[in-house]
Amino acid sequence: MRVNFTVNGRPQEADDVWEGESLLYVLRERMGLPGSKNACEQGECGSCTVRLDGVPVCACLVAAGQAEGREVVTVEGLADYAKHRDDAHPGTGCAAGSCGTGLDAAKRWQSKPTDGRTGEADELSPIQQAFIDAGAVQCGFCTPGLLVAADELLEQNSSPSDADIREALSGNLCRCTGYEKILDAVRLAAARQEETV
Amino acid sequence: MGVTGSPTNIQQGSKTKGGIGESTLRPDGTLKVTGEFAYSSDMWHEDMLWGFTLRSTTAHAEIRSIDTSEALATSGVYAVLTYDDLPTDVKNYGLEIQDTPVLAHGKVRHHGEPVAVVAADHPETARRAAAKIKIEYVELPVITDEASATGPDALLVHEGRDDHHIGHVPHPNIVHRQPIIRGNADEAAKRADVIVSGDYTFGMQDQAFLGPESGLAVPAEDGGVDLYVATQWLHSDLRQIAPVLGLPEDKVRMTLSGVGGAFGGREDLSMQIHACLLALRTGKPVKIVYNRFESFFGHVHRHPAKLHYEHGATKDGKLTHMKCRIVLDGGAYASASPAVVGNASSLSAGPYVIEDVDIEAIALYTNNPPCGAMRGFGAVQACFAYEAQMDKLAAKLDMDPVEFRQINAMEQGTLLPTGQACDSPAPVAELLRLVKARPLPPEQQWLAAGEAADVRALPGGLSNTTHGEGVVRGVGYAVGIKNVGFSEGFDDYSTARVRMEIINGEPVATVHTAMAEVGQGGVTVHAQIVRTELGVNQVTIHPADTRVGSAGSTSASRQTYMTGGAVKNAAEAVREKVLEIGRAKLGTYHPAWATAELLLEGGKVVTDGGEILADLVDVLEDEAVDLELEWRHRPTVAFDLKTGQGDGHVQYSFAAHRAVVEVDTELGLVKVIELAVAQDVGKALNPLSVVGQIQGGTIQGLGIAVMEEIIVDPKTAKVRNPSFTDYLLPTILDTPTVPVDVLELADEHAPYGLRGIGEAPTLSSTPAVLAAIRNATGLELDRTPVRPEHLTGV
Repeated sequence: MRVNFTVNGRPQEADDVWEGESLLYVLRERMGLPGSKNACEQGECGSCTVRLDGVPVCACLVAAGQAEGREVVTVEGLADYAKHRDDAHPGTGCAAGSCGTGLDAAKRWQSKPTDGRTGEADELSPIQQAFIDAGAVQCGFCTPGLLVAADELLEQNSSPSDADIREALSGNLCRCTGYEKILDAVRLAAARQEETV
Repeated sequence: MGVTGSPTNIQQGSKTKGGIGESTLRPDGTLKVTGEFAYSSDMWHEDMLWGFTLRSTTAHAEIRSIDTSEALATSGVYAVLTYDDLPTDVKNYGLEIQDTPVLAHGKVRHHGEPVAVVAADHPETARRAAAKIKIEYVELPVITDEASATGPDALLVHEGRDDHHIGHVPHPNIVHRQPIIRGNADEAAKRADVIVSGDYTFGMQDQAFLGPESGLAVPAEDGGVDLYVATQWLHSDLRQIAPVLGLPEDKVRMTLSGVGGAFGGREDLSMQIHACLLALRTGKPVKIVYNRFESFFGHVHRHPAKLHYEHGATKDGKLTHMKCRIVLDGGAYASASPAVVGNASSLSAGPYVIEDVDIEAIALYTNNPPCGAMRGFGAVQACFAYEAQMDKLAAKLDMDPVEFRQINAMEQGTLLPTGQACDSPAPVAELLRLVKARPLPPEQQWLAAGEAADVRALPGGLSNTTHGEGVVRGVGYAVGIKNVGFSEGFDDYSTARVRMEIINGEPVATVHTAMAEVGQGGVTVHAQIVRTELGVNQVTIHPADTRVGSAGSTSASRQTYMTGGAVKNAAEAVREKVLEIGRAKLGTYHPAWATAELLLEGGKVVTDGGEILADLVDVLEDEAVDLELEWRHRPTVAFDLKTGQGDGHVQYSFAAHRAVVEVDTELGLVKVIELAVAQDVGKALNPLSVVGQIQGGTIQGLGIAVMEEIIVDPKTAKVRNPSFTDYLLPTILDTPTVPVDVLELADEHAPYGLRGIGEAPTLSSTPAVLAAIRNATGLELDRTPVRPEHLTGV
């Protein structure tokens, strides 16, 4: 079947999708957007969390067909989404193809030597920067899902308590950090958000 | 030329930022937060096929026949391979003992053993084709514990063993045995005023790294193969893969792809050989990605254990002796079991002074899932038991459990049960003091707001199971000792290549190693070391591959010590070479070139007095200095097979925990309120990463204390809970705050004085939580994980 939906502000079309394919599979293997991770593919770990019409969901539990005509935001589009948060239709502030990771670019993309810097040239959303600064990224496999979930939390609640943060992120497993630095990162992003208001 | 050599023109060299001791940020951080970092499961190649593994549905059986014809006839399927398709006589692999079949032949020995592999154009096609493979099994009785493994009529898990351990074990179903006898425990027991003993059970823990086993094999024109894979040790994989493929090692080119955590679970091969076989057979790139169900069968787990301990002490609280027997279940294949036995036995007395010991540790072959490396590696199981014993002794002597431990705490110079002296700082008593000195978290925090109870702070949490009635608090302590690096005479070395050159008018250093970055932050530390040694700001970390010498494994808390040491070593050699070039070119401009101690700092050559002699740009010009060096730690020896004596370990690391828990005694639910930890790291090369590692290790210890366990059916040896639905991992709601105290007592034998840190925090976390639950409930609790039924007596 064919599925049409919007990913990170850009209309996308996937052909020959098998009915059993998940939104996660279509994003990763057909759209060239592997940022959403495949850790359990059972809705238990939250590594594949994306926003579907603004609502965080596990992309592994969404059949690709269910995304027909809807808007998906993945970690690849998070910085842009955060930038356009105040617009009436988040993410559509970009002209087609002008932001997010292009399909062709994503397919060409490969493991490159990492330089000794932290890529400060890239424009990141506040929560992305906070995860780096707080040391909340170790292996990083849980990070994309946590970022999408934490970004949505901060959108709903600009100064969450620790209990609020724990509640909001309880669907995202992390095996490396012990979560303390993830809490630090969300607190940091919230504090920085407050400073700029 | 920018030489600033005249004595009247003294300048301070600008300090290079981002060196050791600073909390430099990860070089891969931006890629990881934008979703661009290429993990092994993200690899993609044009015209790529998907591999899938068919696994046994039974734990122990003879294979009568395998029929692949229907699978092979499926549209979209390119290859179906079984044991018969293996290209050479080498059909097994293994870390220490080559007993693990690439694909089952004749027999399967555990539930989920790989029997056939399929390559197809869509993962679902591969899965469905695999389901059409017909296998005729003749079931055999299962061996699941010591009684069934070593009983008089026991079947042999491996008939005709010929590995070098077989001569030293009392039964072929014992992988390895290590006794340690020192002093005379029976004599010493006569001096004891109190003796306590206990039997303890440690459950099977899974590493549960989030990034599934995966990789991409690409056939090459020269008949070789390029493999992009997530692993902990590229060269160890290579050594095992190449013989099975019938290729020389230089035709199997391995590159590390992004690793989503490891914790020991990637020391053994998983899909590496299968992907290469399918790629070479089909002539197409083949990607294999395990799903989570398969991942539980695709890697070894932490050895479950039965431990029997006896300790004695005098009235004034001095330990007299210790006897213990540790039985580790190694499962169907050896993996790292011999080394785990060595660790469990040699560290079984814990960080205490005990002169008279009688120790035995064994690992069994059974039909349970294979077990091998996991963070803490044999020391974890022992720590759980000896710390329970310490609490029992303290209680019997009516002493404070921390004070009792401090009385017996080892220190620098103490002899371990192996007779080896600990020749670096061992601040055991001090670590305990640090965690004890922390103020306790306030009681009944769920009432802190003074309004309705915040159920999120209670055991059971959002399930709203209690409002505080029946909730009791407990506090518990534990401390542990872990060895760092590979022990028992293993030739443990690491290799690093460091290059310095001028690019765009700036000195740039490149570090090339085969170190597996599994999330621990080695890439950050390597850049820091090079900045410190070579005084350059810009450091490029080359991708890890097999085009440079082995870095050894990212395990045993050894990588910062070993590959960090190799990078330091290579950088120092590069510095010497650069200075040599400088002396030849510019030495006549200033006498300090010949007389002073010279450093590289801020892109310049400076004297130890801070005087700038030259810009590196002018020293190097078009020249590049490029050196590859190996680095070894101090040699160790194998433990004597009868007495266990010998200087078998390189270095030790120590951590202590205090756990505060609240237990709902009505429903048996536990909430860990706080897990304070203190650890000596020798030197914190990157304090932010150090704290992250300590917190992460602590939470893995919490997991095994209260929820994590792979449950194996004792009648069928089948795994009952291979999913994240049924194997429970701590979420952010299950974890407490983890305040960390870091000591930096340098080990003079180690690079920068550092101490391996990754594993120690996993040891004492578990017994501290158990001690706190015992303290809260008054129950004995001799097994981990603790389940609600253990607390409510149901």
